[in-house]
Amino acid sequence: MSAGVTMSEATTVPTLEDAVALGLTREEYGLVCEKQGRAPNQVELAMFSLLWSEHCAYKHSKKLLRTLPTEGRHVVMGPGENAGAVDVGGGWACAFKVESHNHPSAVEPFQGAATGVGGILRDIFAIGARPIAVLDSLRFGEPHGASAARTRYLLDGAVAGIGHYGNSIGVPTVGGELYFEGPYEHNCLVNAMALGLARTERLVGSAAAGPGNVIVLFGASTGRDGIGGASVLASAELAQDDQQGGSAADMRPTVQVGDPFEEKKLLECSLELLELGLLVSLQDLGAAGLTSSAAEMASKGEVGVDIDVAMVPLREPGMEPFEVMVSESQERMLCVVEPANVDAVMALCEKWEVNGAAIGTVTDSQRMRVLDAGELVGDMSVRALVDDCPLYDLHPAKPEQQVYAPPPATLAADATPAQALLALLSSPNLSSRRPLFEQYDAIVQSRTVRRPEQADAAVLALSAASGEDARGAIAVSIDGNGRRVAADPYRGTIATVLECASNLACVGAEPLGTTNNLNFGNPEKPHIAWQLTESVRGLSDACRALEAPIVGGNVSLYNEGATGPIYPTPVIGMVGHLPDAGRAGRLGFANEGDEIALAGPFAPSLAAGELAKLRGEPLPDGLPAFDLDAVRAAQLAVRDAVRQGALSSAHDIAEGGLAIALAECCLAGALGAEIDLGSPAAAPPGSELFGEAPGGFVVSGTAEALRALGERVPVRALGTVGGDRLKIAAAAITITLAELAVAHSGLQELFS
Amino acid sequence: MKFGVLQFPGSCDEIDALQAARRVGDAELIWHGDRDLKGADAIVVPGGFSYGDYLRAGAIARFSPAMGSVIAFANDGGLVLGICNGFQVLCEAHLLPGALLGNANLRFTFRQVELEVLYAGGSFFASSQIGERLSIPAKHAWGRYYADPQTLSAMDRAGQLVLRYAPGQNFNGSVHDIAGVCNERGNVFGLMPHPEHAVDVLTGGSADGLKIFESMRLAAEGARA
Repeated sequence: MSAGVTMSEATTVPTLEDAVALGLTREEYGLVCEKQGRAPNQVELAMFSLLWSEHCAYKHSKKLLRTLPTEGRHVVMGPGENAGAVDVGGGWACAFKVESHNHPSAVEPFQGAATGVGGILRDIFAIGARPIAVLDSLRFGEPHGASAARTRYLLDGAVAGIGHYGNSIGVPTVGGELYFEGPYEHNCLVNAMALGLARTERLVGSAAAGPGNVIVLFGASTGRDGIGGASVLASAELAQDDQQGGSAADMRPTVQVGDPFEEKKLLECSLELLELGLLVSLQDLGAAGLTSSAAEMASKGEVGVDIDVAMVPLREPGMEPFEVMVSESQERMLCVVEPANVDAVMALCEKWEVNGAAIGTVTDSQRMRVLDAGELVGDMSVRALVDDCPLYDLHPAKPEQQVYAPPPATLAADATPAQALLALLSSPNLSSRRPLFEQYDAIVQSRTVRRPEQADAAVLALSAASGEDARGAIAVSIDGNGRRVAADPYRGTIATVLECASNLACVGAEPLGTTNNLNFGNPEKPHIAWQLTESVRGLSDACRALEAPIVGGNVSLYNEGATGPIYPTPVIGMVGHLPDAGRAGRLGFANEGDEIALAGPFAPSLAAGELAKLRGEPLPDGLPAFDLDAVRAAQLAVRDAVRQGALSSAHDIAEGGLAIALAECCLAGALGAEIDLGSPAAAPPGSELFGEAPGGFVVSGTAEALRALGERVPVRALGTVGGDRLKIAAAAITITLAELAVAHSGLQELFS
Repeated sequence: MKFGVLQFPGSCDEIDALQAARRVGDAELIWHGDRDLKGADAIVVPGGFSYGDYLRAGAIARFSPAMGSVIAFANDGGLVLGICNGFQVLCEAHLLPGALLGNANLRFTFRQVELEVLYAGGSFFASSQIGERLSIPAKHAWGRYYADPQTLSAMDRAGQLVLRYAPGQNFNGSVHDIAGVCNERGNVFGLMPHPEHAVDVLTGGSADGLKIFESMRLAAEGARA
């Protein structure tokens, strides 16, 4: 115990076993005792166990993350703050970040997904940016067969939760992605990304500063919800669910409950406080609640803090000091205020009808002290809490054999190309996402230039922010492909980053920065460590090549159920800029008689693709090589052509290959196409039609425009736009738009 | 000509409405706790989730101080436009007949919808023709318009059933495909779709919604002249 400090007599000193139950290892507990110079009391142990959890301390990933490129000419705020930000011109910065809420969503999908959205939005306005868009990335088990009931329950709940929060708070949900794969059955993924806008000079950090300044907690009151969320729920493998809901149901009290109305008030209040210059710094309360927020603010400012839990507005009586410190009650913010401004801050809290309470002070002690009505109940070194958690080396080893079982075959091996095309188009992974995005408000705030399924990336006009006649826009894409990464963590991850950049190119946008959420299994297992290491290496190489550095992100490990790990799933969000919103590209064919071409260095392969999945094939060991620089050159050429307004449409060839890309162009534009691939493919349905690889684009426009594009990048004429059907001559495919539309609406039945 | 746009805690589309109104005139926000309508010639009650709408959509907002003034303003013949949540608020305040129930599909639904103008002219459709089609986005979970048969007959006779969903567009299950109604006097109009989100083809899919704001400007200026 620190000299001269009398701890409460009532405090029972917890044991090593208590520490292990809270998620610390024996060695970590020993280290905590060493740092404290004694055994930690209940408050201290609770706080150490959270801040030293994987979720807060990144103890298995921090060393790897340090290898990522984080600097670039557009970056105005890099990793380390609540969100990163890039310069989008005109004095504006775009803040963005993706975060996961996987385990809460697996346990309680509606609230898990809703609070995932709430959490990422707070990260955005914590740095002073007004949230302007949300995107989401979802993974569930197969929606048919034995896992159907669970998958539909999780899907329906997560989608409703995302909509509930985003719609109610007035931030549009402008895009996202969704895949169904067996390995996610017991551990679904719910990742949410948010973007915000701020004047660059008004971005605010979270470092506490100025001993004597007041720490104000504002927003919702504090209850017993979400206690242990970061350590017990987010940093351990999920136990298998039994028929009655079993152990996952037991975890339900660790999931928080969201209130978008409270957050809407909190958002407006926070931005007005910043606008009036009343705050020194601002931080949201997320995982590990007050513990994490206060400790991180103190650590960043290299100061100390005293927090008095008796000053915290409580939702229920009789909460213990440790419960107040670790509660993950939603919709709360912490700020540092100069004493002279405290009254003005409280007045604004009153205006927005949120609780505001001065709960502590900044000190020069570099210690985090917890008081209960003035009585000291916890006393820790800030450095020990935030920086001294041991970091662990990974022990990667490529597995001897494939970890994942092959998917069930749902398409006969002798299916015709037309049958394969319709099967792919109606498959849960490729069918229209309309049943999801129709449940989201995509247009509030009047910026949305390209709505979901109108283009490969969402496009958001900047003009609404500036009030000026600005023409520029932000484009954003989110992507991930666990199956490809499982087959080849290095190349699969590069392909994911490239796909984001290709999506941006199709609307005419230049990548400015990247965010990532690394969703992986248990990193203490060598093969998971190998997946993680290789994937981060790919992410690093791809972001360097594209000059789209990582400005922030999140890591979600231990995504395993009793049936094994999830597919390794790096989810990539990329933000870009285009100079003229009026020329933002579209994916749908636009004019009868336009010529159609395949642009780019496209070398398709069926390996780990959607057709291989429908055929029930096992994952291959590795993906074919591709030329990253050639793909980037193609992206630049397509981007420039779109910016010039030369193309009628541009669409990245992704899952399902060329044939699916053509079908999507037809459906989005309500126009048919006549395609001639020349000599028949060797073994239809072959890789030419359904193979996947980075670097291919389906573009349409005048012959002259396509010829001009061909001067910069390989362009192969495919046919012409027109009619009411998709005809692919060599493969004997003739399918009407109506038949394509019916197949494409395959997802609808999951919501009825 | 000046629009006043109400702002409740939980309003989401008030800035959109403000910007739409500014395309045709002046516009200013009016805080829910204020009774002063700041000399506005027309009021817009915007979309969103006033006070969270955890009770019944619009049920709390109707009791706000600002709404007290809006009710008096409407009873004096002032122009009031209610959009989405604003429509719900006006029904709760009994400035408009009927009620908005949960969508037939039980889900929040966002769609660009085609609407048909059934009664052209008046303060909100001055420049429209009967049968004219408008393309305007709708987005709501509680948009199924309902009124009892007697009320509907009376409204029909009085020309209050102003706007309906075009055939095949009524996703929420509104009775008689009703998308928007006005009061008997014709100075209060509410609709579920969002005309303030259809004022610029770049972001709105059309600029058809601007016609309503333009018509309100003409009516307000006519009233003042």
